[in-house]
Amino acid sequence: MVDPDGVAEYEEDVRREIQARIDAERLMLARRRQELEDCACKSGMFPHPGRRGVLFAAGSTLAAGMSAFLWPARAAERKAPAGAVWRDVPDDPTKIQGTPTADDGGYGSRSQFETEARWRYPTPTTLSSWTMSPLDKSEGILTPSGLHFERHHAGIPTIDPAKHFLFVHGLTERPKKFSMADLRRLPSVSRLHFIECSGNGLTEWRKPTLKTVQGTHGLISTSEWTGVQFSTLAREFGIKESATWALAEGADAAVMTRSIPLEKLLTDAIIAYGQNGEALRPEQGYPLRLILPGWEGNTHIKWLRRIELSDKPFMTREETSKYTDLLGSGKARQFSFTMEAKSVITFPSGEMKLPGPGFYEVTGLAWSGRGRIARVEVSADGGKSWKLAALQEPVLPICTTRFRFPWFWNGQPVVLQSRATDETGYIQPSMKQLVDIRGLAGPFGSVYHLNAIQSWAIASDGSVTNVHA
Amino acid sequence: MCTPRPILTAAALLALVQAGAAQEGYPLRLDVGTVPSQQELARFYAIPPDGRGLPPGKGTYAQGQTVYAQSCVACHGDKLQGIPTAGIGGDKLIGGRDTLSTEAPAKTVESYWPYATTVFDYVKRSMPFLAPGSLSDDEVYSVVAYILGEANILPKNASLDATSLPKVQMPNRDGFVPDPRPEVGLYR
Repeated sequence: MVDPDGVAEYEEDVRREIQARIDAERLMLARRRQELEDCACKSGMFPHPGRRGVLFAAGSTLAAGMSAFLWPARAAERKAPAGAVWRDVPDDPTKIQGTPTADDGGYGSRSQFETEARWRYPTPTTLSSWTMSPLDKSEGILTPSGLHFERHHAGIPTIDPAKHFLFVHGLTERPKKFSMADLRRLPSVSRLHFIECSGNGLTEWRKPTLKTVQGTHGLISTSEWTGVQFSTLAREFGIKESATWALAEGADAAVMTRSIPLEKLLTDAIIAYGQNGEALRPEQGYPLRLILPGWEGNTHIKWLRRIELSDKPFMTREETSKYTDLLGSGKARQFSFTMEAKSVITFPSGEMKLPGPGFYEVTGLAWSGRGRIARVEVSADGGKSWKLAALQEPVLPICTTRFRFPWFWNGQPVVLQSRATDETGYIQPSMKQLVDIRGLAGPFGSVYHLNAIQSWAIASDGSVTNVHA
Repeated sequence: MCTPRPILTAAALLALVQAGAAQEGYPLRLDVGTVPSQQELARFYAIPPDGRGLPPGKGTYAQGQTVYAQSCVACHGDKLQGIPTAGIGGDKLIGGRDTLSTEAPAKTVESYWPYATTVFDYVKRSMPFLAPGSLSDDEVYSVVAYILGEANILPKNASLDATSLPKVQMPNRDGFVPDPRPEVGLYR
């Protein structure tokens, strides 16, 4: 039986689910390849232009629908990618005046030649779904706000900030209601922190499944967040002696809730209204979001409208039936908040193609929910030997750190890996180490908190694939 | 020649006072924000396992069957089996006991959810998916009784209210362990 995606071993329901994900990523890749062909930048190392005939593996059910989807668009007038405006391209930009100043209405957009976009995971409904950030072409450590990964449980609410309030009540000395204007009067901080969904990489527990680093690691993004520290706000309402937990609640149609230990809130939580120098994006929680540095993304409650102090957790749906980590034993870990040290090579990564032997700068991202990255090592022999990568400044606590590693490829097949160590001395584990401890609970393992070393195989023709090594 | 002694203007004096205040730092409490009314706070709820905050009202399995048929069946299926197809995506609600340690774990209300109060809270908060928060408290009690009845956790003649709901013993009540990370096995 033809099984190009290695899904035959799964049961019917699971197979359909995994195949949908692989097909959705393939569609994204096909779009990107088509753009590359259209722009004649075929010699690039980024997602390599395929011959049309091999885009669709034998047996793919997508082929017919995709060709109908793609080819008419090619003939039609070019449309700008998301976030860009299409303008005619002169033969010689030195011989014709450019676009008038402020023609963009005073808010800029990216070049029409830049096509990176988030990619939506094919959940059954677009209202409860997520998008992956395109890490493969990421630069530095910050994620553009428009490329920040998303996870919504009931769509993106449209909220008028003039009508939005944060209520704090429960075990407080005095309940309080804060308008956005109130919050902006308070002493504030700006800090760079990553947010990572604890489900990042959930397809990868059993076998390499998605092809690109966007698919395997795209649920992490980094922004500068600005807002009021919870510890500052706390003095306005006063905390009762008996308070040990707090419920954070969002104003979306999921009315998302998570219980958070008060200790965390008083350590480094930010009630954020700013992201990367402007207000939060709607999909990132506009106008107000709880930032819990280093903790799983779901706890960073978006569209924050309420905090209720309590003496115990509330056991909400998201902290019992979801975001708990089922182990091979049948027991599940609960309140597994911390995102542990992790790293991934973003160049070269899956579906790229190295043009030939010679020098390359291997680069990637490392991060830890427990503090700064102390060290990143790179292996070019599948983990037999490791060499130190250079860490690019700034190296900030609970923030992505960019690493760089000079590498000469001799043209032979190799496996590239990166391994992060954080300032606590925690070393990013191998998949085998994690599975030995946690077991493998079903097709997606524990689902959450996969922080294993990622392996990229470089074949002798330079093509890069996702492997377990 | 000496310069004339500067005269402190009111503005300069104010500036000095302000500078002094800055050196003293922020006051501990800034008295920003207002006092919410009881009415504003009354619309909020989150129901912990002890049932605190459960509203008055009650509902039966039989009433819940009607609520389910009207508001739930389209996404969760007539056998509560879930409908994973595109455009729907309702979770499977029952079954799956004794599957959690197998190769194909089914995490349902019946097999996985540790507290019945969570089911009430979640249905009241977020369901039905396309009309969240539209069920009355009686309807929520009813449909929870129906789901738990179909899950063979409650008898099919059961009724639920603020007193009885927190007493429901869910099969996977003891299925959760605290997070042990960092895992000591990684330090060998």
